[in-house]
Amino acid sequence: MTDAAAPGPQTVSRSLWATAWLRLRRNRAAMVSLWVLGFYILAGIFGPMISPHNHATVYREFVKVPASLTAYPRPDAILPQAERVLSRARLTLDEIALDGETLRIEASSSREIDPRVTRYLDRSNLFSNARITETSPDGTRVVMEADVARVHFLFGTDANGRDLLARTLISVRISLMIGALATAVALVIGVAYGATAGYLGGRIDTLMMRFVDILYALPFIFFVILLVVFFGRNVILMFIAVGAVEWLDMARIVRGQTISLRRREFVQAADALGVGSGGILRRHIIPNTLGPVIVYVTLLIPKVILLESFLSFLGLGVQEPLTSLGVLISEGAKDMRGAPYMLFYPSLALTILLFALNFLGDGLRDALDPKDR
Amino acid sequence: MDDTPVLELTDLRVRFDSPDGPVEAVRGVSLHVARGETVAVVGESGSGKSQMMMGAMGLLAANGCADGSARYHGRELVGMPKTALDRIRGRHVTMIFQEPMTSLDPLYRIERQIAEPLMVHGRLSRRAARARALELLELVQIPRAAARMQAYPHELSGGQRQRVMIAMALANDPDLLIADEPTTALDVTIQAEILSLLADLQQRLGMAILFITHDLGIVEAFADRVYVMRAGRMVEEGATAQVFAAPARTYTRMLLDAEPEGRKAPVDASAPVLLAGQNVNVTFGGGVGGFLTPETPELKAVQDVSLTLQRGQTLGIVGESGSGKSTLGRALLRLLPSTGRIQFEGTEISVLDRRAMRPHRKQLQMVFQDPYGSLSPRLTVGEIVTEGLLVHAPEIGAEERDAAAVRALQEVDLDPAVRNRFPHEFSGGQRQRIAIARALVLTPDVIVLDEPTSALDRSVQKQVIALLRDLQTRHGMSYLFISHDLSVVQAISDSVMVMKDGCIVEAGPTAEVFSTPRTDYTRRLMRAAFDLSAVLAERAA
Repeated sequence: MTDAAAPGPQTVSRSLWATAWLRLRRNRAAMVSLWVLGFYILAGIFGPMISPHNHATVYREFVKVPASLTAYPRPDAILPQAERVLSRARLTLDEIALDGETLRIEASSSREIDPRVTRYLDRSNLFSNARITETSPDGTRVVMEADVARVHFLFGTDANGRDLLARTLISVRISLMIGALATAVALVIGVAYGATAGYLGGRIDTLMMRFVDILYALPFIFFVILLVVFFGRNVILMFIAVGAVEWLDMARIVRGQTISLRRREFVQAADALGVGSGGILRRHIIPNTLGPVIVYVTLLIPKVILLESFLSFLGLGVQEPLTSLGVLISEGAKDMRGAPYMLFYPSLALTILLFALNFLGDGLRDALDPKDR
Repeated sequence: MDDTPVLELTDLRVRFDSPDGPVEAVRGVSLHVARGETVAVVGESGSGKSQMMMGAMGLLAANGCADGSARYHGRELVGMPKTALDRIRGRHVTMIFQEPMTSLDPLYRIERQIAEPLMVHGRLSRRAARARALELLELVQIPRAAARMQAYPHELSGGQRQRVMIAMALANDPDLLIADEPTTALDVTIQAEILSLLADLQQRLGMAILFITHDLGIVEAFADRVYVMRAGRMVEEGATAQVFAAPARTYTRMLLDAEPEGRKAPVDASAPVLLAGQNVNVTFGGGVGGFLTPETPELKAVQDVSLTLQRGQTLGIVGESGSGKSTLGRALLRLLPSTGRIQFEGTEISVLDRRAMRPHRKQLQMVFQDPYGSLSPRLTVGEIVTEGLLVHAPEIGAEERDAAAVRALQEVDLDPAVRNRFPHEFSGGQRQRIAIARALVLTPDVIVLDEPTSALDRSVQKQVIALLRDLQTRHGMSYLFISHDLSVVQAISDSVMVMKDGCIVEAGPTAEVFSTPRTDYTRRLMRAAFDLSAVLAERAA
C-alpha cells in the first residue's frame, strides 16, 4: 500500500489512500470494528501467554463446570470433602473455615492426635500442603491449615475439563492465522493471475479464465478430502490449499478491473512511452485494482474463518489439543442443553469477529469508492 | 398572464462537506428567468454553475446542502419535501444533461424510456403514452421515429440520444427547460442541429430555457440574456448583445477573448520528412469465429490514408467523431495494428514488433484527450513525468530523474515543487501540462496530440495552445494535431487534413483549406464552427 502523503510546499498533499483513510475515520462502525480487530489480534498473540491456564491442561475434577466469576472449587464442595476426610481420620470437627485459598480446621479427638494426620488431607486432590499450626497442650485438639487450589474458569470448562477461556484464546489465534494465511495466498495468486489474464487479453485470457471455470466446478469438500488424504492433517498446508481455492473469485475481480483499466488512457500513455507489459502491470494496473481488492480481502478473511469452522465441524480441520472457533462451537453444539456456555462463548467470539471484519469491509468499500469522493 | 418569473433564485448558496471542512461551491447567486425567455449561465468549469441548478432542484450529492431561496412561480423550492418537489421536477421543470449516453438507461427501449414518465406523471394509458412518445420523437425530428421507438440507446448516435433526452424533457409540457451543457459532448455540426432544434421548440411551445454552458459561441447565437459566473458568484449579467459588445468586467472580457489566436507559418518545403504513412488502413474486428473466440463484424476505421509530416510542421487532422482521426494517430505510432507502410526518419516502422519498436518510442510521443484519464491516479506527478526515462534511459539514477522532472515541469510552466503530489489534486489544464511534460521529458521529434484541448475551458485552451506553440519553436518538434475544434486547428497548424468515415476528403495548407474549402463536408464543418448564429437564423427562417 502506498501511504505516501508527501506534503507539498504550500498545501497538504493527499494521496487517494490518505483521502480514503479520512473518510473511513468518519465511519463509526468501521472504526469500532478496527479497534475490535486490533483487540482480537492482540488477544490472539498474547492471550494464550498471559492466560492462567494452558489450553491443553485437563482439570479432571472440573469437567463441564459452568462459566462463573467465583473460583472453583466452590466452598460447598470443599467443606463436605474436608469433613469426609476428617471423619476418615477419626477426628471430630469443631470448626471449619475457608479463607481464600486457605482452609482452617479445628478438630479434636478423644485420644492424642498424631501429627501425621495431615496426610489424610494431602491425599485428597483438593488439598495440598496440609500442616498443623497449633496443638493443644494435651494433644487432643489441633488447628490444621491446608492450601486449597482454587481456580477461576471465566468461560467454564469443556467436556474434558479444559479451561474454555484459554481454548477460546488459542482458537482466536488459530482462526486469525488461518484467515490471514489463506487470504494472503489467495491475494498473491489471484491478483497476479487476474491481472495477467486481463491485461494480455485475447486467447490467453480466454484460456486462463476457462481454467478458472474448471476449478470452480470442482466440489470443494472433495478437494479438501483429497488433500487430507495426500498430506495428512496438516493445518498450515491445508489452509494454503484453501487459499489456493479461494483465489478464483479474486482472479475474476482483478481481471474485470484490469480489463476496464487497460482501456484507460494512462495505460495507453504508458504503452506509447514504450513501457513493457511487466512495468504496466506493476506500476499502472495492480496499484489501481487495489481498492476493490482490499475490500474483497476484508470480506474474504471472515469467509475463510467460516470455512475453517465448517471443515473443523466436519472433523477435517485442526487437531487436538489445538483448537479453533469452529471446533469449539461444534463441541458446544453437541451439549447445547446441558452446558450452553460451551456454545455461547466461542460463538460470541466468532460473531463479534465476523461482524468487525464485515463492518470494516463495508466501511472500506465506501471509503474507497471513487464516485463518492 | 402574471409577471412572476418562472424561476427566481435569490442569494442561493450551496455548500459541500469535505474532510477538510465545508467547501462553498455557490456563494449567494441571484438570477431570474421570465416566461418564454432563454437565459444562459456562463462560466469556466468549477465556477459552480451546475451546482447552482442542482442545489435549486434538490439534486445535490449526499454531502451537499443548499440554502437561500429558489422560487418556481413564487413557490419556494429550497427545503420543499421530496414528494412535492417531484411533482415540479420532471413535469414543470425538466433538465437535460451533458452526457446523453449515461442519462438514458441502457436496458430499456426508447419507447419505454419516454412512455414511462408519461404514464406515471401524466396518468396516460399505455396506448396513449405510446402515441405521445411517437409524437414527441417526431417533434424532436428523429428520422424514422416509428422504427426508432424500438431501438436501444446504444443503437443511436450521440446527437439522436440527446434528441431523445429532449423529447423526454418535453414530455409533460414543461415551462422551464434546464439544459446543462447539452452539446458539449457533441460534434459541431450536431451541436448546431440540436441548438436549432431547441430554438425551434421554444418558439413553438413557449417554454423558458435556462442554458448552462462554458461556450460563449453558443450563448451569443442562442440566448436573450446572459449571466457570467465565477467562483460561485455572479460577476455580470445583462442582455446578450450588450454583454458581448461591451463587457463590464475584465473576467467577462477575458472569456470573450479566449478564442485561440495566431496562425502558424508553413514550414520550408525542403524540411526533412520525419513521419510518413502510405496507404494506412486500420480495420477492427473481422475475426472469423474460432473455438474460443466469437466472430466479429468488420469495421474499416481508416482507409488508405497517406500523409507526410516534416520537421517543425504541425499537421492538423479534423473531422467529426467517428471519422477515424484518433485511430489514425494511434496507428501511426504503432499503438494499433494497421496495414500499409509507416516510415519514421526513413526507417520502416510498420514491420517492427513491440520490442523492436521500443527504441523509436522515445522519438514518437503522444498526448491524450482526457487529462483526467491519461495520468495514472496512484503515481505522483514526478513518477508520471519521468516514467519514460525508466524505459529509455534506465542507466540514470533517481536524482537525475528528479532533475529531469524539474526541468520538464518548468518547461510547461508548472512549479517543480508539485512533483510530489498526485494528479487528482490538479485542474484539467494543469493535468494537460503534466501530460505534455511527460512527452517532453524524452525530447521527442514527433508528438501526436489527440484532442489535447477539447476537455478544457476556452481560456485554458488558449494557454495550452500558446504553450504548445512556444515549445515547438524552442525544440523544433513536429505535431500531429487531432481535433474536432476548427478554431484551435486553425490557430496551431500550418497544414490540415479533413477526415470523414476513415478517408481523407480534403488536405492542404491551413490558410487555403479554411479560406476556400473545396468539399461540401468541410464547408459544413466550417459553418457550424464559425458561424453558429447564421446557421441558427437560417433554420429559424
